[in-house]
Amino acid sequence: MSDFVRFLIAGVSLGSIYALISLGFVVIYRATGVVNFSQGGLVVLGAFVTHQLAVVNAIPFVFAVPLAMAIVAGVGLLLERVVFRPMVGQPVFAMILLTLGLVFILEQVCAAFWGYDVVLLGDPWGVSTTEIFGTMVNVSDLWTIGSTAAALLAFFALFRYTTLGIAMRAGAADPEAALAHGISPQAIHGISWAIAGAVATVAGVFLAAGPKGVDIGLGLVAFRAFPAMILGGLESAEGAVIGGVLIGLIEVLSAAYLVPALPMLGANFHVVMPYLVMVAILVVRPHGLFGSPEVRRA
Amino acid sequence: MRLTLRNTRITTEYGHDLVLWRSRLAQFAAFVVVLAFAAAPFAIGNYWTTVLIYAGIASVGTLGLNLLTGFTGQASLGHGFFYGVGAYAAVVLSGRFALPFPLWLIGAAMIGGFIGGLVGPFALRLRGNYLAIVSLGLVFVGQHVFEHWTSVTGGLTGTTVRAPVVLGPLDASALVLPGLTLSRNQGYFYFTWLVVLVLGLAARNIIRTRPGRALQAIRDRDLAAEVIGVSLVQYKVGAFVISSTFAACAGAMYASYTRYVSPLDFTLFLSIQFIAMMVVGGIGSVMGSIIGAVFLTALPRLIEAGSSYLPFIATQGGGKGITIFSFNQALFGLLIIGFLLFEPRGMVEIWRRLKRYFQAWPFSY
Repeated sequence: MSDFVRFLIAGVSLGSIYALISLGFVVIYRATGVVNFSQGGLVVLGAFVTHQLAVVNAIPFVFAVPLAMAIVAGVGLLLERVVFRPMVGQPVFAMILLTLGLVFILEQVCAAFWGYDVVLLGDPWGVSTTEIFGTMVNVSDLWTIGSTAAALLAFFALFRYTTLGIAMRAGAADPEAALAHGISPQAIHGISWAIAGAVATVAGVFLAAGPKGVDIGLGLVAFRAFPAMILGGLESAEGAVIGGVLIGLIEVLSAAYLVPALPMLGANFHVVMPYLVMVAILVVRPHGLFGSPEVRRA
Repeated sequence: MRLTLRNTRITTEYGHDLVLWRSRLAQFAAFVVVLAFAAAPFAIGNYWTTVLIYAGIASVGTLGLNLLTGFTGQASLGHGFFYGVGAYAAVVLSGRFALPFPLWLIGAAMIGGFIGGLVGPFALRLRGNYLAIVSLGLVFVGQHVFEHWTSVTGGLTGTTVRAPVVLGPLDASALVLPGLTLSRNQGYFYFTWLVVLVLGLAARNIIRTRPGRALQAIRDRDLAAEVIGVSLVQYKVGAFVISSTFAACAGAMYASYTRYVSPLDFTLFLSIQFIAMMVVGGIGSVMGSIIGAVFLTALPRLIEAGSSYLPFIATQGGGKGITIFSFNQALFGLLIIGFLLFEPRGMVEIWRRLKRYFQAWPFSY
């Protein structure tokens, strides 16, 4: 039983990170219609920038993280301006190829600056554990869940109650009508990329927190947030969160129970589990749990 | 009616856009190019013949990707996976079932197409970006299967391949011409580029037919295509199957040539390489697929040769800088982005511009 609680918390913690990453996807997808494969690159960059600030420059961790978020948000803004704005109106596949090219550049740029070894973030949690319901859990897991919940609340508040958030929703729903109301689509696209960068940094920090550390392979984890997006429905923010948590739980629980029970599946089977769930969802409910069925107009 | 103006055919009817050869001259030029190319292995030495063999194999894969992405408008990251499927299918068909030459190649290609046909309907039922995401999953699932299905793939240690290209008295690894015996590299060069020629012509012909035009209609405006009676799912899945077949065929050729495959050959980066070759050569161009494949297969070798002059690349055994592998990854990413932004129709468009310039010379309009 206590094992189960431990796995549950680890699963929700991993799921929260997936939720954060897929939130970054959803923001950009809703605003610009681009499926952003480079989110993983931003996650890696965010973790490395945090390492640079907190460990190399010895800035206290509480200040280093917001600063890193601001820097990576700036990078997101820059990418939108330099790479994606000239491509507005181009076919979808061209945009996908563009974001793919970007992942490989971002990762290798990180390698050029920080090398190939795993580096630590200098976070205050380390390997410390605490006791809940009679089980030992990682403090960093609790922080992950708590911070993600806070970030998600802030996110929904932004979209629901602020002028900016409403403008962004308007821009996503009907760009021309939004433009007629004086909402600048360029500004919306830029802000979406900045938000995605900031969110990716938080995800990167928690992915690399404690003893895990960051190297340029960290971006691979971000790809597993795609199943979360499909599970939740491509354009639903609530769906991204619930899908993320579900995928995280499935991954951790299958690592704990399925892999030992069926060793012929291979040692790292839990890593491909999210993709199998994704295929299953596409068969049964192609538009996801919370996505709206496709409507087509000319 | 056929009009010509300073070597350029003026198209006056739709049929002219569909012809395989724009003129007798073009046909003759193509013939000369093929002949000159056939002489290449005797002129460029063993190392660059190897490079051209890999370029030919990559051309086959890129052709397949271009049929799907360039002509149907569906982005797929799964090409590395299907390439791997083809390689392992060749291992099994030729090794375990001891099928002779054309059969293991055709069989491997068909297995790739079959798996494409299984996956396609789920991925292509919806419009937009789903295929890219599903095929990304395919690469990782495939990676897992390649690593763990050890009885077939040998796991991470890899497996040796015995898939000889022997047809009657012709053996690609020791071709005997009157007067001389060719080396294995030279033999494989002719085999590989013969396949490229056949599949290139096949691709050209596919896009000239009615289904081929349906694919391009889907790419240009899927809604309009559906309104004029093109079944979207059917044609998109069809394009995916053909493209997987091409990729698997390339994988089988790769396995046959290298005689050793390991799961590490078929990663996401392989898919990105195919994408880069297509983008750099020319999206939606048969010739572009081949040009892109040759250029991007040769480029890393050139960089490797010049790496001691590039200060940011780490030398073997440590030293500051990034590894050559890293540099190539970043370079492929940069090429994809650079070409999409500044030359979206690829190197073939540069060639066409040059040609137009000299045809109109000395009038530069």
